[in-house]
Amino acid sequence: MKADPKGVLTGAHFLDGDHACCEGALAAGCRCAFGYPITPSTEVVERISRRFPMVGGVFLQMEDEIGSSIAIQGAAWGGKKVMTVSSGPGISLMMEHIGLAAMTETPCVFVNVQRGGPSTGLPTLTGQADMMQARWGSHGDYETIAICPNSPQECFDLAIDAFNLAEQYRIPVMFMMDESVGHMTERVVIPEADEIDIVERRYTKKPPSDDYELYALEDDNPFVPPMPPVGEGYRFHVTGLTHDDKGYPAMDAQTQQKLIRRIVDKIRLNADAIAKYEEYQTEDADIILVAYGITSRVVIRTMEMAREKGLKVGVFRPVIVWPFPETRLKELMDQTKAFVVAELNYGQVVLEVERLVAGRAKVVLAGHGGGDIHDPKEILRLVEEVAK
Amino acid sequence: MVAAKVGSKGKNGTKKKGKFFGEVFIVRERCKGCGFCVEFCPTKVLALDEAMNEKGYHPPIIVNIEACNGCDLCGLYCPDFAIHGIRHRNKEVG
Amino acid sequence: MSKETNKEMNPVEPYLRMDRMPHIWCSGCGIGIVVNCFVRALQKSKVDINKLAVVSGIGCTGRIAGYFKVDSFHTTHGRPIPFATGLKTARPDMNVWVFSGEGDLVSIGGNHFIHAARRNADLKVICVNNFTYAMTGGQVGPTAPLHSIATTAPYGTYDQPFNLPFLAESSGAVYVARWTTFHVRQLVKSMQEIKNKPGFSFLEVIAPCPTIYQRRNRLGDGLAGMRYYKERSKVVNGADTRNVDIKLGGDIIVGKFIDRDRPTQLEAMDQELSHKLGDKYVPYPTGVER
Repeated sequence: MKADPKGVLTGAHFLDGDHACCEGALAAGCRCAFGYPITPSTEVVERISRRFPMVGGVFLQMEDEIGSSIAIQGAAWGGKKVMTVSSGPGISLMMEHIGLAAMTETPCVFVNVQRGGPSTGLPTLTGQADMMQARWGSHGDYETIAICPNSPQECFDLAIDAFNLAEQYRIPVMFMMDESVGHMTERVVIPEADEIDIVERRYTKKPPSDDYELYALEDDNPFVPPMPPVGEGYRFHVTGLTHDDKGYPAMDAQTQQKLIRRIVDKIRLNADAIAKYEEYQTEDADIILVAYGITSRVVIRTMEMAREKGLKVGVFRPVIVWPFPETRLKELMDQTKAFVVAELNYGQVVLEVERLVAGRAKVVLAGHGGGDIHDPKEILRLVEEVAK
Repeated sequence: MVAAKVGSKGKNGTKKKGKFFGEVFIVRERCKGCGFCVEFCPTKVLALDEAMNEKGYHPPIIVNIEACNGCDLCGLYCPDFAIHGIRHRNKEVG
Repeated sequence: MSKETNKEMNPVEPYLRMDRMPHIWCSGCGIGIVVNCFVRALQKSKVDINKLAVVSGIGCTGRIAGYFKVDSFHTTHGRPIPFATGLKTARPDMNVWVFSGEGDLVSIGGNHFIHAARRNADLKVICVNNFTYAMTGGQVGPTAPLHSIATTAPYGTYDQPFNLPFLAESSGAVYVARWTTFHVRQLVKSMQEIKNKPGFSFLEVIAPCPTIYQRRNRLGDGLAGMRYYKERSKVVNGADTRNVDIKLGGDIIVGKFIDRDRPTQLEAMDQELSHKLGDKYVPYPTGVER
């Protein structure tokens, strides 16, 4: 299905990442959002407040992030494509409801414009230290999808992917911007609506009945059940308790294992289908720089400097960080001597790279505490050391 | 939750006086013996059985159906959905 | 609905998930009475049950959503009101009811409660107040009367409890009533009145908790609780809500306290935006008559 032209601001614009994200959500069909202001994500909800009334949408500013993160889920079950937007402390407050969305398989998008943390940290300055929180920040076992744009253009393009993936897999999608990308202003080209592919809500084909099973699989999709429309007589029950196919609470180990196995597997076993990454000059690379979000732009410069010095360096950029593009990384592992993982934290995604590489190549962290971005020369020094 | 529903009507359900007469239905096995229905029945139709149900509670029994006017207060007060009343107009029995 | 029923079937059965019975509530618990009253109110209102949703939080009363055979949502602790706000915003044609306990709605969920009332979110909120955290075994709750005993106040509570009707009124609710589970007819009537009343309606229902609250405070069984409500409740419709706080061993003022009108959240949004934006405004389908 193609995007509704009413929400698509076709043309070339000069936008920051926060504003581009709002336009991406509109293009994706989001007409219902709830939020609470927090630096550096506030510009997203400010633009939503201005734009939604012009396109038949609704934005409600809630009393807090907890309210926002569950109001979107009420609206999602009400049939809307929904998102909420926040940063560090606000995202921490939302964690319980990210777990609820995972457990109840509620399609929704959480935008996190990452800032320096922990705690109040650096409200106005950048960070990439919420990556493990994005993966497993809520209690219990589940998987999410985490997307890391590195430009305002991608804040538009990938926001559409975020909504599409949320619908396709019925999960909370973490849209992991960072302050640098959110506040960076660049040219953003918004295409015609008929060039934008939209994944619509998949509804059950079964008629309402007493036997209706809320989580029964259909359409030969072995992972993701379709949803029922609200208000049509299905009289379904949604609960954050462990539930059976009917949606009823079932407090036993067997039901728990069957449910959790499926909500984990629907992402893990589809990791290749979900994977999205970019590579630069990896064909002959002895050393591969791994980076995401704003840092993926910094390491391009490092790569150029290293190449000038005759070092065979490439870049591997997971665009979708969770699930990690595991298959491709393993392929690269066979041809390369070392991975240098650059991120604005002291070691999060590097742990996943280490796990996958499992000692078969060198893995080195180019860590950074946040507040600003890496100096490409610092990373180059590490690369040179690794190359010795 | 299978249990006989005890309906009382016919000769016991007919009142000579008053506009209404009532029927009471009890699901003994749902009862948890709180006694609300017995206590708050305005016409004192019910008593607690001396015998217990499967759960070990004393459910209500009908002791004075002639007095019942089918107000369904027993149904409103029963937290376990084990009893309710039905109201009939006296002319219905003809 | 009435076609499916026969007279021997308890009136609640067509409205409940009978495959989930027996319910978890104790002997003498009042929550089932609230269910009875809601069903009677629905029967009398001839409501389209398919267009009605029940949202609950966590706790004994929070289980109501799991038993009602409507589109029903058992959410997280304290959050049924913002969930319901989202559902109502997405589907303004739905009649959205929140059933939860006082710990859920006004302690952990207190912020959502006051703000939804302030905005006049179009929700019907039923708070079953049993003065304790019953499901977790009797910890002190936000309405526990002063000096009452709880597992986390073993020598007696010393925190001032909330007076819920006053809280609701001062936060902006358009309908505020309090009944006990003894006042079943009045409770049915209040539920009928709020069924089609736009805006944030609030009903507090005082309910016995014999297993936890009353046992710990030596207040007898469920029946003793109900007798107390019968003897010590005073119906004062239109009472000043400042004066309806509940004291241990004191009278319980019940009645309909507030019934007023003001625009709902979505009506107010629609009015403001259409006034300010004029032709540029593309109205959100609020279901509100324009």
